[in-house]
Amino acid sequence: AQVEGLHFQVSAALREGRVSPAELCQRCLSLIKGTKFLNAYITVAEETALRQAEESEKRYRRGQPLGVLDGIPVAVKDNFNTAGIETTCASNMLKGYISPYNATVVQKLLDQGAVLLGKTNLDEFAMGSGSTDGVFGPVRNPWSYSRQYKEKSVPKSHSEDKESNWVITGGSSGGSAAAVSSFTCFAALGSDTGGSTRNPAAHCGVVGLKPTYGLISRHGLIPLVNSMDVPGILTRCVDDAAVVLGSLAGHDPKDSTTIQDNFKPFELPNLTDVSKLSIGIPKEYHAPGLSSEILALWSKAADLFKDAGAKVIEVSLPHTRYSIVCYHVLCTAEVASNMARFDGLEYGHRSDMNKSTESMYAATRREGFNDVVRGRILSGNYFLLKQNYENYFVKAQKVRRLIANDFVKVFRSGVDVLLTPTTLTDAVPYMEFIKEDNRTRSAQDDVLTQAANMAGLPAINVPTALSERGLPVGLQFIGRSFQEKQLLSVAKWFEKQVKFPMIQLEEVKRHEHGVFQHQKSASFS
Amino acid sequence: PQVTVEVLDHLEHLALVDFRDWEGVERLQKAIQFADQLHEVNTDGVEPMDSVLEDRCLYLREDDVTEGNCTKELLKNAKEKVEEYFVAPPGNIPLPKLEERDTFLQGS
Repeated sequence: AQVEGLHFQVSAALREGRVSPAELCQRCLSLIKGTKFLNAYITVAEETALRQAEESEKRYRRGQPLGVLDGIPVAVKDNFNTAGIETTCASNMLKGYISPYNATVVQKLLDQGAVLLGKTNLDEFAMGSGSTDGVFGPVRNPWSYSRQYKEKSVPKSHSEDKESNWVITGGSSGGSAAAVSSFTCFAALGSDTGGSTRNPAAHCGVVGLKPTYGLISRHGLIPLVNSMDVPGILTRCVDDAAVVLGSLAGHDPKDSTTIQDNFKPFELPNLTDVSKLSIGIPKEYHAPGLSSEILALWSKAADLFKDAGAKVIEVSLPHTRYSIVCYHVLCTAEVASNMARFDGLEYGHRSDMNKSTESMYAATRREGFNDVVRGRILSGNYFLLKQNYENYFVKAQKVRRLIANDFVKVFRSGVDVLLTPTTLTDAVPYMEFIKEDNRTRSAQDDVLTQAANMAGLPAINVPTALSERGLPVGLQFIGRSFQEKQLLSVAKWFEKQVKFPMIQLEEVKRHEHGVFQHQKSASFS
Repeated sequence: PQVTVEVLDHLEHLALVDFRDWEGVERLQKAIQFADQLHEVNTDGVEPMDSVLEDRCLYLREDDVTEGNCTKELLKNAKEKVEEYFVAPPGNIPLPKLEERDTFLQGS
């Protein structure tokens, strides 16, 4: 059966009165309660969500919905400011901080009538690739509880609690990915600086879109790396991502790094002919540590395009392996600067130390930041020292240009879209993940996603197949600057070909939603 | 090259964040080692890149007041305040020197 975008389906259901916004909201809220063990949400804004749902219902009754997003429950990563709702960045530094304003992207969603269910969990200040390092604890991948995973996992001993077998979501937008994956919302916002939207999307089997830098406003997104951060979009299908993108993109006078070009929301065509497409396969993305499973999937995907008549060619992005090093320097340097605003004076945690401003700041930051954040601040300050500035910071900026130029050359040679893996392996169990420290993990896990942030290019993870362990594996498409329509069209075509299976979660009583098309067909692998 | 205690102390002053223990210092050492790989790349004649949008003009809006007057809102989040002021401890008092500070670096 043809699977329509869930937005279109659920929107149609709302328009036709088959389900009401309040009912939809209630179901999502109760599902959130039923999946609390995932720890995907930090704050659930139950009262305001129900109120928003009621307002939406009034509009539908009058026959005047604001648009496709009216009444649609969404979730937002907890590093976006949300007026009247706590915004913590999963850090002690911002516990109790109630935003006085909405981030532009949040405001846009609300203006379209979306229902904000709550704020999702993340690595502290979005630093990490596991969503394990926040003060509210790690996020659990919903697939850990899926029938698909349980069938494939062999308990090592009778006494071993299957609880300890759960796998990570990836990060840092793990809460958002888990929320979408477990059906507690229809779309979620994440952020993407080095892969933080695409990585958890791959591990949780959802679509994760990183838009071109400058397309979507960062106003109200608590910044990590100003020159690389973008708001990310997580949905269950590519069509939905296009809808959300359409409502968020465009110039924002409050963010001077958004481009001024007119953005026209688009509907994705149903591509049937890909023979005019040129797909590039960057050989350097066959990175050390890439699992043979994912390598095989990547190869199969390339063949899929070839068999459909597209031109599939191997290309080279020679500076790929330095991307992660470059990122490490630029990220820590910008972090050192961005984190300087947290001093306890105007908002957030404040230490009781009162001897001097400096000692108060130092104590506040000592108490408020975790090891990861402190480590990056200190490293960043090191690279920015006068004696190191040229050799590290400026050097990294030069390497950044080389990385960006690699992409320019490849796209100039006629390639439309690049096809790469998103992650090196499927999701690892939490117990295994925490054996290595955050920096090592980030360096390993960001390898395939990071370069797109360096170059500011749009990229998207499309869930492709299940691994041998029954966990999602995704593939990544990287497009030309501001060519989201082409990128998403290709992604949508691919999504249709691979027919990624739906997660089978006992907790999700899908018949309640009643607007699903159940995807039961031969899977890609 | 080992990072000297002077540099570590200097960093704690600049960042107003402490290393806390040897693990923190080791973390920095590893970070530097990792970053050193950059020197393998030949960047002769390459200009540093500040932003991927360098070819475009930054948007400058008109210098008109469009919002503000939200003193009450903003003060809500501050822990220490008096009337419309944020209250800070006395300034112009530098952090004590290494020997007098409560930092683990003292032991080294």
